[in-house]
Amino acid sequence: MSTTYQIVVCAGIVPDPLQSLEPVTGPNGPGLKNEMVLPAVLDPWAASALYEAAHLAAKLPGSKLWLVSLGPKAKLQQVMMTIAQKVAFELVPIDGPIGGFTDAHATAAALADAIAALPGLDRTRLLLFGGWESASRGAGITLQLVGERLGITDQFQGVDQIDVREDGSFEVLERVEGGKHQVSTCAGAPAVLGWATGCLAEPRNNPQVGMANMRTLMPALQKAKPATLAANGLQYVDVHLPSQQRTTRVERDMTPEDIARELVAWIGAE
Amino acid sequence: MKPILVLTHADESGSALTKASLEAVTAGKDLAQQLSAPLVIGVIAVHAVAAASALAATEARILSVTGEAFAQARYASDAAACEALCRAADSALVLAPGSSRFARIAAGVAHRLGGVIDTHITALGGSSTVEATRWFYRQRVEGVFHREASPWFLLLEPGTQTAFTGTPGTVQVESVAVELPAPRTYVTGVRAASQGQQTIRPDAKLLLVAGAGWTKKQPDGQVHATEAGQLILGFLGNSGASLGSSKSLVDQGGEGQPVLPFLTHMNQIGQTGSTPRHAKGLSTCCHGEEPHVVGWRFIGDRRAISLDPNCGWTRGKADVVYIADAFQVIAKVNELLSVNKP
Repeated sequence: MSTTYQIVVCAGIVPDPLQSLEPVTGPNGPGLKNEMVLPAVLDPWAASALYEAAHLAAKLPGSKLWLVSLGPKAKLQQVMMTIAQKVAFELVPIDGPIGGFTDAHATAAALADAIAALPGLDRTRLLLFGGWESASRGAGITLQLVGERLGITDQFQGVDQIDVREDGSFEVLERVEGGKHQVSTCAGAPAVLGWATGCLAEPRNNPQVGMANMRTLMPALQKAKPATLAANGLQYVDVHLPSQQRTTRVERDMTPEDIARELVAWIGAE
Repeated sequence: MKPILVLTHADESGSALTKASLEAVTAGKDLAQQLSAPLVIGVIAVHAVAAASALAATEARILSVTGEAFAQARYASDAAACEALCRAADSALVLAPGSSRFARIAAGVAHRLGGVIDTHITALGGSSTVEATRWFYRQRVEGVFHREASPWFLLLEPGTQTAFTGTPGTVQVESVAVELPAPRTYVTGVRAASQGQQTIRPDAKLLLVAGAGWTKKQPDGQVHATEAGQLILGFLGNSGASLGSSKSLVDQGGEGQPVLPFLTHMNQIGQTGSTPRHAKGLSTCCHGEEPHVVGWRFIGDRRAISLDPNCGWTRGKADVVYIADAFQVIAKVNELLSVNKP
């Protein structure tokens, strides 16, 4: 297959899902308590996008893969140490604030500027990948906004699969309501694909890939451009944890028959 | 005062608005009344006049983009349609359903109009200004906020509003012209994520959540994945429930472990899955760690079956926890449900 792509993956970093989160309000608005020391991971959907991008690039020799990520340098370094072991990429770090309460429009502007400035980027071969949502802000709009800023009008969200054809066109499966996929064909790049879970398992750590990534990763981090994110008129009135605490009835001694009868009555009740 | 615009779209028939669209209409009507602002409703449909008939009782100004090109839910045509409707309405506040169709394009449209957007809105409040509520960090932190910038697009989470119902009638629909770019994307169909029985039913009253325990070794030292699958499918068939799953159970397919063949990542709920809205939820073979609890945030009445008396569910997250073997309980439930099935 002669098709080659230039794939740019936008990926944020988020608190490890197993951490307890507590919102606090500071002088710059809401944030998370001890945010800078919370263990961080690459956003799960963005990670799916990265693995799918690496898989696609490997299938189409001559393709190139960049990972563009915005976050505090120290956090980026921590997360990239793990991710760099999995797939080959060129990191484009942007040194800026993270968190669910930052404005997506400002984030998108910083990402789009960084992508537009990539040396050697051929926009006619560009596939812009990322997560369809994130585990922090979770608005599902950043990638769309980046795509619009880059003038890309073929966009797909909730993507689980892409099949590239000989002529460079591709079929794409997007999640829609009711547990179904919408199937579309696109003439080819440029396009935006916001990934859901994808079809691939997390790649195993590969020390050779890690060594190769490290050669470019640390210098890139040192040269990360700073970005400040404007609020765009966003003002928080209140941020809080859900207070709902239920009084749980724990049944330890009921027989399966009794439990079944109770459940059937419960299922049938309005 | 500038009008409030509600964007809506038709279902696959092309001539009826989706339920989520009608929910947005309710929100728009309420907000227009609260702010004493005019209401404009934009309709995207192949047969817009037919679709708009459901809006007769709103007494709103109706704009439409219509034609075969808008039968397909794709970015280029839908974004152009919404952009045209927004420019025609000249609104500072735009409400729209958070359907897959509008979630794909709304941010792009907001950008084209120099506006801002917020999504997954679960409530609208405020008195003199509009305050929106949504969840952050995957339904773990709730926030209320407002924006100074305009136009402000708000995508409403489906299931959070009452769908508008009014006597259908003939309405005057103003057609808005759209100049479409040459199409590069074609929708070729819709495909079920898994073969066989459809297990995801957004309108079901009950959600059954299957955890990884279903495919673990049972008291006889053996794995009973086939039996587990039959029990779960039997329960779904008898109860009409929708099926959710923990990430660990879905992931097993990629790790060479026993799997339930009808499960896909689209069944996954929780931190990295969906957060469905059902009146009731029954969790089976599933522990109660935080990522799972997130998936239950919007389930009203919650029960769980677990062998572990110290399961996280006992810590105030479920209403009832049965300490029992889910294989035995669900088998008995299926017996009873099949007898009572109409």
